[in-house]
Amino acid sequence: MLETFFPILFLVVLAAVIAVVMSSLSVLIGRRSSGKDRGEPYESGVAPKGGTKERIPVKFYMVAILFIIFDIEVIFLYPWAVISDKLGMFGFIEMLVFVIILLVGYFYILGKGALKWD
Amino acid sequence: MDIKSAAIFFDILYPEIFLLAVGMFILVVGNIFKNRTFLAYLALVGLIGALVLTLQQWNAPQSGFYGMVQIDNFSIFFNVIFLSAGIIATLMARDYLRAHNIERFEFYPLILFATVGMMIMASSADLIVIFLGLEIMSIPLYVMAGFFRNDPNSNESSVKYFIMGAFATAFLLYGIALIYGAAGTTDLRRIMTDLGYLVSHSGFFLYSGALLVLIGFGFKVAAVPFHMWVPDVYQGAPTPVTAYFSVAPKAAGFAAILRIFIYGLGGLNELSVIFWILAILTMSVGNLMAIFQTNIKRMLAYSSIAHAGYIMVALSVGGDGAVSAAAFYLLAYTFFNLGGFAIVTLINSRTGSTAAIDEMKGMSVRHPFLAALLALFMFALAGFPPTAGFFGKFYLFSEAVKAGYIWLTVIAVMNSFVSVYYYLRIVVVAYFGKADEEFAPVSFKPAIWLVLVITAAGTLILGLLPQFGLQLAQMCMFSFK
Amino acid sequence: MLQYLALAAILFAIGIFGVLTRRNAIGILMSLELMFNAVNINLVTFNKFIGPDNLVGQIFAIFVIVIAAAEAVVGLAIVLLLYRNWQGIDIGNINIMKW
Repeated sequence: MLETFFPILFLVVLAAVIAVVMSSLSVLIGRRSSGKDRGEPYESGVAPKGGTKERIPVKFYMVAILFIIFDIEVIFLYPWAVISDKLGMFGFIEMLVFVIILLVGYFYILGKGALKWD
Repeated sequence: MDIKSAAIFFDILYPEIFLLAVGMFILVVGNIFKNRTFLAYLALVGLIGALVLTLQQWNAPQSGFYGMVQIDNFSIFFNVIFLSAGIIATLMARDYLRAHNIERFEFYPLILFATVGMMIMASSADLIVIFLGLEIMSIPLYVMAGFFRNDPNSNESSVKYFIMGAFATAFLLYGIALIYGAAGTTDLRRIMTDLGYLVSHSGFFLYSGALLVLIGFGFKVAAVPFHMWVPDVYQGAPTPVTAYFSVAPKAAGFAAILRIFIYGLGGLNELSVIFWILAILTMSVGNLMAIFQTNIKRMLAYSSIAHAGYIMVALSVGGDGAVSAAAFYLLAYTFFNLGGFAIVTLINSRTGSTAAIDEMKGMSVRHPFLAALLALFMFALAGFPPTAGFFGKFYLFSEAVKAGYIWLTVIAVMNSFVSVYYYLRIVVVAYFGKADEEFAPVSFKPAIWLVLVITAAGTLILGLLPQFGLQLAQMCMFSFK
Repeated sequence: MLQYLALAAILFAIGIFGVLTRRNAIGILMSLELMFNAVNINLVTFNKFIGPDNLVGQIFAIFVIVIAAAEAVVGLAIVLLLYRNWQGIDIGNINIMKW
């Protein structure tokens, strides 16, 4: 059974060897250059300005977090949609209840003002 | 495939649906009204209504949702525990949250949703539904632990609870996946019927799955060695939430464990040894660590670990008698543990309190009645007669002796003696501790009185008239054997 | 089938390793997601090889995806709160309470 994994093991070893050889070769025989321009992120591009630690407003995270949850909940609609004709009215009402429960959450968020940008 | 709504029977879930509806109503209404004092009462109405609806189902086993949901006396007994814990926690929480200026109406829906999750956990006969109930319970609890939004302690509590909880859930899920792989189904009844065949046919998956599920629930009920998160979470969370944590999720975890390991996988006798080891580790470590605590919330956290260990004895023994002993113990534990926490809540509601044990000094002079109640709850926790704690332990241990687990019982009784030390220390501090300064009076509100009365009555009634509770517990059986 | 199960087991182990060694809270969250997805692979594999006539495993996987998302959302919200109060999300530093 384990023999079947031999190619994978071989691949892993090969990858490791190549990575080590490449990086050590470049350290050993490569030339070093230094200078002010070397430190720049884009050597010949637009000069960067400002720090990298610019803060993104927390509102953005809020919307992103809320988006995830509503986005994922929709997944339940797909299995229902596939066999909705077999489920008939019963399935439709079930799904309606599901969506209403989601709506309650949505109204709660609206009421809290979590989606307001300013 | 013909799908009929007839096989679903929504009416068996009326209590859960009612709670859910009330919770959602509070969520919507809470944003509209400026005056939100009535929302706490609304939550109480929801919990009491669900309690009434649940009690109506007593002694009439039903099954619905294609056998995924099983309403029997076992689930109703546990639902009553969850709902009482919810009612008591809500009563405690309102004044506490006000005293700390963090009353947000979201607290009440959270507690209702968590209770719904627990009820689903106790009533399900399918691993998928147990998992769903567990998550419906856990996710509100993570939020409740961090309810002091600006308190670093509460943040720490919340993040630790979340990481450990999600970690445990992953183990549980992996275990469920393996059991599904072994059995081809997640229906506990079918797993139970085919167990002999499954063990011989795909025993490896089944056993490893069962072990992983056990690890997952071990985290949830705080069994040693999966208990590291408990003291920190309990200390950091708001006190009424801690009270709720120490009772309800634990009872829910045990309900699921009993359902899975005594009903579904009851045929795997080898697991009894593992429960044996877990029980001894859990109660010994819990009791020994509790001795060294200086913070009363932390001490009660270790004490709750020790009590989980006592209940684990029942899991090791197995059988109907052990199930009802565990159920009776959990009911009794609900009352006296919540009572103890109610007093801690009162102490902790004073400004600047960190719930250190020394804060109890001089309590008997200022509030003699409160000190007497404290003594009652501590005696019950230690297991003295004539309190509920004594009969809970007595019943539990006599089941173990009957089944021939003599050594386990001896160790459990020795552990109870150890626990007497740290419970009585609190009583001694409250009565004889020399206070450097006057005991700052606590402010009694009607709600906390009600809590103290309910819990004290429960502790005494189950202790003085154990017959009544025992009879109910003995009826608390799984249907469809 | 064994290959899929091995893949799931390795993913799960990587997840455990991540949760236990990461100090960054977001890293821990990602490791948790890894563990849940390992379970999903398991469920779908078992569904295909053991009970292809019903879809229990696949439906279960959908539930796991949704619940994992819900947990991630709550986790992110908690981490956000942590960041506000502690000015950082290094779990190693967050340890006021000790036994």
